[in-house]
Formats: sequence, structure tokens, C-alpha cells
Amino acid sequence: MAEPVLDIRGLKKSFGALKATDDVNLDLKPGEIHALIGPNGAGKSTLIHQIAGTLMPDSGEVRFLGRDVLRMGVAERACLGLGRTFQVSSLAPEFSALRNVMLAVQARQGSSFRFFRPVMSDRTLTGPAMEALERVGLQDRAAIPAAELSHGERRQLEIAVALALGARAFLLDEPMAGMGPEGSRALTAFLHDLRHEAPILLVEHDMEAVFALADRISVLVYGRVIATGTVEEIRSDPAVREAYLGDAA
Amino acid sequence: MTREAIVTAVLIAALLAAPFAAQAIDEPFYITLATRIAILALAATGLNIALGLGGLVSFGHAAFFGIGGYAAGILATHAFNGEPLFLGLPGTNDMIVIWIVGALAAGAAASLIGLISLRTSGVYFIMITLAFAQMVYYFAISWPAYGGEDGLSIYVRNAFPGANTLAPMPFFLICFGVLCTGLAAFRSLMNSRFGAALQAGRQNEVRLAAVGIAPFTIRLAAFVISAMLTAVAGALFADLNRFVSPSMLSWHMSGELIVLIILGGVGRLGGPLAGAALFVLFEFALGGITERWQLFLGLVLLGVVLFARGGVMGLLAGRARHG
Repeated sequence: MAEPVLDIRGLKKSFGALKATDDVNLDLKPGEIHALIGPNGAGKSTLIHQIAGTLMPDSGEVRFLGRDVLRMGVAERACLGLGRTFQVSSLAPEFSALRNVMLAVQARQGSSFRFFRPVMSDRTLTGPAMEALERVGLQDRAAIPAAELSHGERRQLEIAVALALGARAFLLDEPMAGMGPEGSRALTAFLHDLRHEAPILLVEHDMEAVFALADRISVLVYGRVIATGTVEEIRSDPAVREAYLGDAA
Repeated sequence: MTREAIVTAVLIAALLAAPFAAQAIDEPFYITLATRIAILALAATGLNIALGLGGLVSFGHAAFFGIGGYAAGILATHAFNGEPLFLGLPGTNDMIVIWIVGALAAGAAASLIGLISLRTSGVYFIMITLAFAQMVYYFAISWPAYGGEDGLSIYVRNAFPGANTLAPMPFFLICFGVLCTGLAAFRSLMNSRFGAALQAGRQNEVRLAAVGIAPFTIRLAAFVISAMLTAVAGALFADLNRFVSPSMLSWHMSGELIVLIILGGVGRLGGPLAGAALFVLFEFALGGITERWQLFLGLVLLGVVLFARGGVMGLLAGRARHG
């Protein structure tokens, strides 16, 4: 079996008496979409924060591409190829869509300590950035400041930024949130193919999308992974049905 | 050309034309006024890198302005008295050497101050930069070797190759030339990769880190560059007045630089120049009528903050656009 790209072992994080992450084991294999689902307050965001590097776990292990990344900051993990999108869009609001993506291209190319050449006439930046925008279908909105994009477009832009980063794994935190049914379907189709570029850890509430996309699903309840398995296994797991899916499945 | 570029070009041209007009009507004092505008604009352009592009509200840039001033004063005094400075090194009255020494000294100070203060943000950053500047201020006051509280006179204005710096016009042209170089540096930096990272960090620090660029190192470099530019302005300011005193290091000076930028337009290329022109002209026009001219400046500032956030540049050139 292929070596996991992302491997989380025995991760624990408490806030006072609350166990937000309780001995979580989770991995992400090449070419797969691993969906993380769970009711509100299950600790999904806390887990994402610990993987991305914004929160330090109390104990446990986070390995990315075979390296222990626990002591690394957010920027360092991103440099290794951890492409993250945010639950609430987090972009440079005054910069155009294109410039937001260019920032990722620039980061991928290495040094930001270049003081002379204007970025807007630098084809090694604008070219790949435009390509990434085209892939998510935002090429016509390239010159619009991120703040003036619609909600759905900002979600697409986040993904374009992660693409331009040349991510080795995607960490997508509710990419469908707030998107209309049309947008959700388009994004689902897009993510379906994206997994071959780099595996995706997908946190998502949209069950239709999760069931359509996921190779594996992990269910998080009160900070614990109560089940991991294929769509069919999860659908038929009585514990999961009780804790989360209710009658919907 | 964009409207912004036109407005900035007109401001620069007006600054250059003013002293010639003053000379034509035989009012050399106005040349000094224009020189003052050029120097303050340069100092504020330095601060504009940290504050405008990086969103780092430094309330301690007087420290760097003063370090530049003291570099000019101390080197000139040693050259004048023929005493070696230290380690047998002589003083100098060569402006270019003075600018380099001043910029390096301020850069070293800014590295230290930045290393500590950039770990904080918001109000804490403002207060820590202020605290460091006050430390430098009190150090200068209690250092009798270079005048202490009374300051230090520069008996003969420092020299620049091929120019009679004591005459107002050549000295203005030197300051104008340095200002233009400073503005060119600001513009280049703003549009570069470094500038992109710096401005992205101001807009959204989380985003900058998420693409893999550590905000701290970018900000530290910006803070140091910013301090160096302000220090060169400080050296020119000392030469203009032929006098350096701790007042150049005081928090009033730090505040004045911030006011210039807010008046002119935060993060805009022409902002510091527009702000400095407005400030100096205000001081001149109203200072003659009432000692309390700063009350009126305060009202103008209030008006800008409440009704014209983009300052003079915002009014004349519209909102800033980032490609």
C-alpha cells in the first residue's frame, strides 16, 4: 500500500476540560479524497488548525510527505506543499483575483526578497496565475479586487490559490459552504479530477458532495474519530447513523 | 498614465518650480520652505514603507530621523575639530558618506527594535516603537559629549561634490534629488515581489502565511529599509538647520511623520509629498497669524480622517488600485 501523504497519529488537544481533539488517527493516501464529517462542534476546525500549523496539539504526531512537521510554522508547512483553503474566505481583499494567485506563484518560486522588477509585467508570475484562474473558471474576473467578488467566486479563488501553490496535498475546509446548487455541482466535478493531482482532505457539510466524491470518510464526534471507511461502510454504520446521519442516510 | 501618476508628477514638478519662482521674486526664504517640504516628504516616504505598505504603525520613527541627524552632526563636528571619531577614524563633512553612515546606523537600530517590536501588533506595536524611540531620546539628552539637551551645532553645512551647499538653491536641489531617488525606490519596492508580500501581509496576515511566506521576515526587512530612508532625511534636516537636538528624536516628531502620511494618503506614492507640502504651508501661513496654528491643523486632520480617508491623494486621484 502506498505511503500516506499526510499521517496523523494520536493527536490530542484540550481546551480546559474540553477534549477538542481526542486521540485522532487519520491519514491521506495518494490520489484519494478523504472526507472528514461530523456535527457542528465536533472539532473539525480545531483538527484542521493543527494540521495547518495555526494550533499546537498537546501531543501526537503530524507527518507530511514523511516529515515530522509538528514544530513547523504555517508558512513552512505551506512551503512543503500543504495547500489550504479556509472555511471563511481568507484572501488579500484589495488585491485583484490575479494578484492573489500571483502571491502563491511567487511563494512557490522561492524568494520574495526581490525589490526591483514590477510584478505586473513579470510573465513568470502572471502566466501561471492566469492558468490557475482559468482552471477554476475565474479568468474573466482576474482584474476584480477580491473584496468585490461574489461569495462563490471567492471560494473558487481560494482553490485557484491552492492550485498555484503547487500543493502536494489539499486541505479544503468547507469549500462548498454558501455556494448555490449550480456552483456546488461544478466544484464537485472539479474536485473529482483534482484528486489525481494531489490528495484532498475534505471537510464538508454538503453530504451529497461528500458521498459523490469521497474514497473514504472519517466521522468525527466530540473530538474522536468514531468510524473510518468507504461511503457504503459509513452509510451502514449504526454508530454513525445514531451520532450524525440520523434518518437522512 | 494613470490619474495617480499624473497627480504625483504635478506635485513633484510644483515642488521643483517653487524655489525658482521664489528666486525670481527674490524671496530666498521660500526656497528654505521648499527644502523643508522635500526633507519631510522624504522622511515620511520612509515611514510610508512600514506604515503605508506594511500596515506597521511605527510611533518611533523619530528615532531613525534623529539618528540620521546625529550622524550628520557628530561626523561634521569631528571633521570640524579635526578629532578622530573612534578607532582613529576621522569625521567627515562629505554628505554622501554621512547619509550612508546615518542609514546604516538607523538600519542597525531598526533591526534590533524590529526584532522585538514586530512580535507584537496593533496598539502594542505602536507603544513598543514609541518606548524604543523615547529610550534613544533620553540617551541623547544625557550624552554630554554631543551637546546633551542643548543639541549640537553644525558650523558649516556639509559638503556635496560640485555644489555650494551653503547657498539655498543648490542645497534645495540636493534634497530634491534625494527625494526623487527615495520616491523611485518606494515605487519600485511597492510594485516588486517584496512589495506584494508586504502589502498582502497588511491586508491579511493569515493568507500570506498560508501561501508559505513568513510575514515576520518580510516586515522586519521593510522596517529596516523604512528606517534607513527616514535617517537620510534626518541627516538632510540637520544640514538644513545646521543644528541637531534631541527634539528631532522626540515623539512629537514621530507623530508629525504619521500626520503627514495621513494628510497626504496612506500607502500612496505621492502621499508623503502632498502631506508635507500641506503641513509646511499650513505652518507657514497660519503660524504667522497665530501661535495656535496646530489647532487648525488638528481640525484639518479631523476632517481628513472623518471625510477623506484617502487624504489629499485620495481626493485628487481617487481610490488606490492594485493591478
